Amino acid sequence: MATIFGINLFALFGQLLVGLINGSFYALLALGLAIIFGLLKIINFSHGALYMLGAFGAYLGLNYLGIDYWWALVLVPIAVGALGILLERTLIRPIANEDHLYSLLLTFGIALILQGLFTHWFGSSGMPYAIPEELKGGTRLPFMYLPDYRAWIIVFSLSVCAVTWYIIEKTKLGAYLRAGTENPQLMQAFGINVPLIVTLTYGFGVGLAGLAGVLAAPVYSVSPEMGSNILIVVFAIVVIGGMGSIGGAILTGLAMGVVEGLTKYFYPEASTTVIFLVMVLVLLTKPAGLFGKEA
Amino acid sequence: MKLMRKTLIASALIAATGAAQAAEISDGKVKIGVLGDMGGVYADISGQGSVEAVKMAVEDFGGTVLGKPIEVVYADTQLKPDVGSTIARTWIEDEQVDVINGAVASSVTGAVTKVMTAAEKITLITASASHAFTTKACSPFNAHWTYDVVSLANGTVKPMVQSGKQKWFFITADYAFGHALESVASGVIKENGGEVLGAVRAPLGTTDFSSYILQAQSAGADVIALANAGTDMVNSLKTAAEFGVTDMVDVAGLLVFTPNAQALDPAIAGGMKLTTGFYWDMDEKTREWSERYMARMDGKIPAMPHAGAYSSTIHYLKAVEAAGTDDSKAVMAKMKEMPVEDFFSRNGYLRADGRMVHDMLQVRIKNADERSSDNDIFAIEKVIPGDEAFLPLEAGGCEFAMAMAKK
Repeated sequence: MATIFGINLFALFGQLLVGLINGSFYALLALGLAIIFGLLKIINFSHGALYMLGAFGAYLGLNYLGIDYWWALVLVPIAVGALGILLERTLIRPIANEDHLYSLLLTFGIALILQGLFTHWFGSSGMPYAIPEELKGGTRLPFMYLPDYRAWIIVFSLSVCAVTWYIIEKTKLGAYLRAGTENPQLMQAFGINVPLIVTLTYGFGVGLAGLAGVLAAPVYSVSPEMGSNILIVVFAIVVIGGMGSIGGAILTGLAMGVVEGLTKYFYPEASTTVIFLVMVLVLLTKPAGLFGKEA
Repeated sequence: MKLMRKTLIASALIAATGAAQAAEISDGKVKIGVLGDMGGVYADISGQGSVEAVKMAVEDFGGTVLGKPIEVVYADTQLKPDVGSTIARTWIEDEQVDVINGAVASSVTGAVTKVMTAAEKITLITASASHAFTTKACSPFNAHWTYDVVSLANGTVKPMVQSGKQKWFFITADYAFGHALESVASGVIKENGGEVLGAVRAPLGTTDFSSYILQAQSAGADVIALANAGTDMVNSLKTAAEFGVTDMVDVAGLLVFTPNAQALDPAIAGGMKLTTGFYWDMDEKTREWSERYMARMDGKIPAMPHAGAYSSTIHYLKAVEAAGTDDSKAVMAKMKEMPVEDFFSRNGYLRADGRMVHDMLQVRIKNADERSSDNDIFAIEKVIPGDEAFLPLEAGGCEFAMAMAKK
């Protein structure tokens, strides 16, 4: 086997690829968070719980409604997004003008309730969800065995990220969105329904979390805890990337997946903390984050 | 002055009656505190199920002991040692709790047993695996009931090494339990002529195990041993299957509870051999109890800690009755004197060092075509006699127990 400086290169490539797969999840989740924060200034602590809801949506759909994976990929994000819209209209909207802390506490509370309910209904061990037939199997690369489903995760989530980025940064709709949050009064004077845009944006961001949940269901255990485990990491990624920077969140998500993968190879005990270490370093040197706009 | 004298007399009277009661049942009742993980990763193997099992034991016992009522309270440690020890202290000091049952995760149990030992109160350890509680951290107030790392390693690892699986690699949960399991299992491997190629320590609650699986694979082992539990075990095994590792090497789950086995696709887990202290569908006695449990738990089958929680509670209450008091030392002496024989414990006895030695089961996870229902999970392959499964008292190095044994 090829080695350099005593490091098994094949194993290292394997870790890089695995890091990239995890990074795709981080990117997808961080993107949703960044949109919601960047455009609505809501610190959405229920993002992890909605991701969990997406995974459970896939599980419930398959077992009770006969909805297969591919349909779940379409329907579940819409359902989760609709729930998000409901939450935004009934709970978040009334405190929209208060301090950020209020929305943070509210969404954190929603997360705890959702997680508690699902633990009560389904227990904590997790539910099985099989990989769809079409994506079973894998490819033997020179340095590792790459399951087809993992390859699909990278391709699919990066495409979603790219399209979202393009819509927000490059299209007219995206321009309305950005302008609406910059100066709502002025936009309303131009005849644009800003509250509707805000609601739909929240629904979209939350739908992305649901989508990540469906994507995760076949590879991670579908369990009530899955969201809270990943949420803090994703928050750190958004902070590293620069709060509110859409592109920053995507790139940082991928990069942190790789950093984490490398840490798992060289010093696994630190793998859960390495991202926070990076966060501290970034905050010390670039307080606005790597891609943040305001200083 | 007069008032003061009255108060003095009154308090003396109260103190006197209090002392008279202490000889029998303190505070006029026996209070059992169930300490579990109510909403975390181990909720399915402790949590509400353990509370319900203890309540069943109390009801089956008749609700009273020595004519005094038995009360059950419970609390959530959130798997944090400091939370666990704080609850234990509050229970002892303010709420007259006599005994703690449960305590899940070895790190939490370690903290709780310290508090209990200092207060001279009994801990019935029913959902923790570290063997420290009856060896180097043993206490005259510990009763370690359901299973431990030694019995798991002996039951699962030994036959595999003996059948020619020589090279092992560990994926270990990075806390007290995982470390203990890895070190004991490594010992068993080496004693039987095997070799440990390496280990990787994954933090509790790791979401993605793929990089650990890849590392294990590139080590070139015959067996990848999973020294973890709960969701961590489920996720590592799923990932191993996904990356095609299970086709090439054996993966051995060292601690697999029934709910976890249920959460795994039979196509992945079918055929895996493991060791357990209890299986609900073993015989008439286990089924009778399990069916009553399931009726109270929305049809969920009991995991071994739940059966252990019932068994230990009944044994404790019997000992209180036999001792004629709830004084911990007298009760513990009776507990160690009486055999432990019920649907859970076969040929069981509580040893001087606090280890409850009983028969363990070597089981195999059934394949999909062998299963008659969702609850039909294990096929029992072999019964391992308690004395073969657990660490002998002399090898444990528990000082007070060795001294007792010498006498």
